[in-house]
Parts: sequence; C-alpha cells; structure tokens
Amino acid sequence: MILILWLCCAAGALSIQRFPPPEFETDHVIPTAAQPPAREGVFDLLDVAVLVAALSLASWLVLKKRSRKGVFALMLFSLAYFGFWRKGCVCAIGAIGNVSLALGDASYVIPWVVLAFFMLPLVFTLFFGRTFCGAVCPLGAIQDVVLLKPIRIPAWLETSLRLLAWLYLSLAVLFAVTASAFVICRYDPFIAFFRLSANPALWVISFSMLVIALFVGRPYCRFLCPYGLVLRQVSRISKFRVTITPDECIQCRLCEDACPFGAIEKPTVEWPRDEHPKGRKRLLLLMCLFPVFIAAGAFIGYTLHPKLASVHPTVQLANRVKFEQAGVYKESIDQSKAFYSSGQTLNDLYETANEKKQEFALGGAIMGAFMGLVVGGTLLSNSIFWRRSGYEAQRAGCFACGRCYNYCPQHRVWQKTKKLQMSETDG
Amino acid sequence: MMKNENSDNLDRRKFLKEGLWTGVLAALGAATAGLLAKGRKQKYVWQIDPYKCIGCGNCATHCVLNESAVKCVHAYAMCGYCDLCTGYFVPEPKALSTAAENQLCPTGAIERRHIEDPYFEYSIDETLCIGCGKCVVGCNAFGNGSLFLQVRHDRCLNCNECAIAAACPSQAFKRVPAESPYLMKEA
Repeated sequence: MILILWLCCAAGALSIQRFPPPEFETDHVIPTAAQPPAREGVFDLLDVAVLVAALSLASWLVLKKRSRKGVFALMLFSLAYFGFWRKGCVCAIGAIGNVSLALGDASYVIPWVVLAFFMLPLVFTLFFGRTFCGAVCPLGAIQDVVLLKPIRIPAWLETSLRLLAWLYLSLAVLFAVTASAFVICRYDPFIAFFRLSANPALWVISFSMLVIALFVGRPYCRFLCPYGLVLRQVSRISKFRVTITPDECIQCRLCEDACPFGAIEKPTVEWPRDEHPKGRKRLLLLMCLFPVFIAAGAFIGYTLHPKLASVHPTVQLANRVKFEQAGVYKESIDQSKAFYSSGQTLNDLYETANEKKQEFALGGAIMGAFMGLVVGGTLLSNSIFWRRSGYEAQRAGCFACGRCYNYCPQHRVWQKTKKLQMSETDG
Repeated sequence: MMKNENSDNLDRRKFLKEGLWTGVLAALGAATAGLLAKGRKQKYVWQIDPYKCIGCGNCATHCVLNESAVKCVHAYAMCGYCDLCTGYFVPEPKALSTAAENQLCPTGAIERRHIEDPYFEYSIDETLCIGCGKCVVGCNAFGNGSLFLQVRHDRCLNCNECAIAAACPSQAFKRVPAESPYLMKEA
C-alpha cells in the first residue's frame, strides 16, 4: 500500500516526482505516447497551386472567354475545394490578421502559404480586376449561389453600409497588430457551413447571413469584407477590366438592371450650369473639413483605447486581478486563479498590461484617424462628378461574375460570331 | 489648341495611372520580400503548454469540432504506476476497481492494467476521451503530473484563430512550428 502525502498543491501543473519511478521485475517496457504528425507541408503547396490555377482560369473565363457558365462552374469548384474541403481556412480575408501580426510582433513569422493567399489575389486583381471575388473566394461563392431575388439598394445606402466594412478592417488590423485576436477568423460568418460544426452563436450568425444573402446580393462582400476593400482600391487601377460590352456600348439599356450587386453605372448627364457653383462650394467645404474628420477620428480612437485594450487577454486579466485585489470582486475566477499559481508578480502583470494599453492608445488614435480619413474620402468622392459615355461596370465594385454579359446584345453578337468562326475553321 | 490640351491631360492622367500601377506592384513585391525575410516558415500548429494548463475543462467545450481535438496524453516515463492513482480514481473510491463509480473520468477513457505487484499501467483511449481534464487535475494535485492535455494533430483543423486558445484562462496555447509539432511533458 502506498501512503498518500496530502500535499495540497495549487491546480497549477507542478510536476514533482512525488512517487518514484517503478522498478519492474518482469521485462515490461514503458510505452511512449503516440504523436500523430501534423498535415504534410506538400499539401500547402497543393493549396497554393490550386489557388493560382483557379485565379488564372477565372481571369481567362471572365475577360477572354466571357462565359458566365464557365465562371459559375469554377465558382462551384472553388466553393467545394476552398470552402468545404479545406474548411475555409486559411483564406485571403483572414490573412489580413496574419500580415498585421507579422508587422506588429517581431517573434511571429508569417507562414509562406498564408502570405501567398494574401498576395496572390491582390496581384491578380492588379492585372485583371476582382476575378478572385467572382469565382475563387468560397465566401463569395456561397453567397452568389444562394442568391434568389436581389433587392435594389440605393447608392447612398450602399456607400454608408460600406463604412461598416472599413470599421471592420480598422478593428481587425488593430486587434491583430496588438496580438489580441484574429477577429475576422473569429466571426467568419460562413465557417459554420464549411466545417459543419460550430457553437450556437456562430450557427445563428451563419444562418442569418445566408438568409440575408437570399435577397441581398453578396451582403458580406459588399458591406463587411475587409479584404474586399483592399481589392476595390487595387481594382480601380487594374490593367484589364470587365466590360459589359465586348465592343462599343450602343446604350440599349438592356443591362441596366442586370447586376444584382448594383455595380453597373449609367452614362452620365451633365449637371445643369447653375449647379456648378453649389458643387464647387460643397467640394471646398469638404476639403476644409477633411483634417477635422481625421482629428476627430483620432480623438475618438484614443478615448476608446481602454475599452479596446480589454480585448487583449493580459489586459483583461490585469483588470480582473486589480478589482479582486481591491475587493470589488470577492471570488477568483479560473483566469485569476491560474495567475496566482503561476508565480508571476502583480507588478509584472500590471506592467505588461500597461505596455499593451499604450500600444492601444497609439493604435487606437491611428485607427480613428484612418476612419476619419475614410469618412472624409467617402463624402468627397460623392461630390466629384464622373463622366461616363456608356454603361460601365464599376471599377471598384464589380465582382467579375459575368452575369451582365448575357444581357448585352453586342455580347450575343460577338458570341455568335465566335461560334461561326469556330465552325468555319472546323468545317 | 483645345484638342492638344485634352490629349495632354489624357496622357498625363495615363502616365500617373501607369505610375501608380507600377508603384502598387512594386509595393506588393517589397512587402512580400520583407515579410519573408524573417525566415521562410511552414505553418504553425497549436499546442498547449502542459506546464501552464490548469485543467479548467474549456478544451472539451470550446473546440470548433463537435469532438474536441484536445485529448489527454500520458507521459508514461513520469508515471509512478501507483495502485491508488489520483488521476484515475475519485478522491474517496469505494474500492480500487474499474467500477464507474470509482473513476474520475466521465467517459471511462482510462484503461487500468495490472503489470505486476504493486504496479498498474494507465492508458488513455482517445476514442473515448473528451479532453475535460479531470484526470489531469487529479494527477497534478496528488500524483506525479504525468497526465496532461494536448492538441492532437490528426484531429485538429489548425484554425487560424483557435477558439480554445481564446478561451484558455491561463493562456497556455501557443503556436509551434509544424516541423516539431508536439510539446510533451518529459521526465
């Protein structure tokens, strides 16, 4: 019988050899625990290869072949591979967090796969427009597939809701740079479907998002996706872009209501002459207010920094411990219990937390200023008059899905001519 | 005259746009090179630091998978092979038997095997273990601390943001390189 020494230890894992190792008389071998390996690195290479292939094929299908059917088929494949097979992780959108963390934390080295997933869609967009969104991104694909009866969103609402996406991007970068959380990954709205398992809250979010996507075209893409915002800006200067007509726009207006995402712009009529001074005054006013927006944003961001900082687990812990020490909370919770038994001093904890809070003070101010810039920029761009002679796909907003092609009679003619040419060379 | 001005404006605009395009491409290239300069890395995988874990039970409930990827692992070399194992038995067992009422483990995932007097070997059946950590707490409190919770890579999805890591009260989760993917307890 072995006597038990009632050493009342804290729940921390102190591995004291309380009981001596056994001395076997038989030849019993002490086993070792199994260590099944992680996913082989070669599969990462496969993922990136599939990504490059899908991006190339998407660009060719949208711009050269101009085939909506082809884009749709590729979209289904991307949904199957990147969505359900790879369970939606790692994705280009989440990679924003990894890149931010790599910039903010010297000890974090970004894995090359994650960097590839972040950079490749950007590079392809720089050349071909948002073909990633149209046929490769699994989140875009799942929304595109379930779209039933799209409602029309007025332009002012579209621009205002997009500010939510900018806020999401700002917060995501702030929380990632400070190593607090990857919020884009934490609140991925379609991951519950890709994994087919999630906690109840995430299931609710996922289902709600899908129901909304039945009637609002690509709601996540248009109003929440932080990566989409970066793609928008890059797409504005892309070398090649989606044109509704392969030829000249004859202004037949048949494509006017073709885009479920509101990305088709009508040809513009010149403002009446008496509007010009009013427009100039508004532009001047906004330009003067621009720095005010930025300053106000920086101030708000700085003021909010304690609340933002509490997302970081160490700050949260320090706050909790402080209140417990002051007697505000009578009981300890798991976090504080773990801290007390860890051997770290209170001063150490408070110092670490304060350093983190300083990071948030600076980061919050920068992010606030950035949001101010975005708000100012949005208002400014609404006050600038763009001249268009025909029906165009928005450079920033077009998802390169190819739906509008079949509405355009010039495209139909072009398609028929191509078919005739093919049959002539065959026959 | 007007036509020349217009075409000048268009050329200037085109030049600026081309310049911006090249600038963005160069910036992307520079960023890629800069981020890769820290060292080419394969993926990180998640692991629990066994010396920080307090056995709170969140591993069983917070994993995004219905069956948690965290299981109990036994560092046999550290084990005392005791008859009265405080990781196996409840604090006051009625008998030192395999009866369910005497076991700490809620799913009966620990196998108790008699080797020779007075030594017993305890093994974890991963198909039954749910990663709740009750055995870990018992083993750490009164035993050698040879039982510990660890992420199993044949089950873990390796989410970019680990839901358990976010909920861990002692911040025991860390990213380790995929080349050496396990943090084990050593004797």
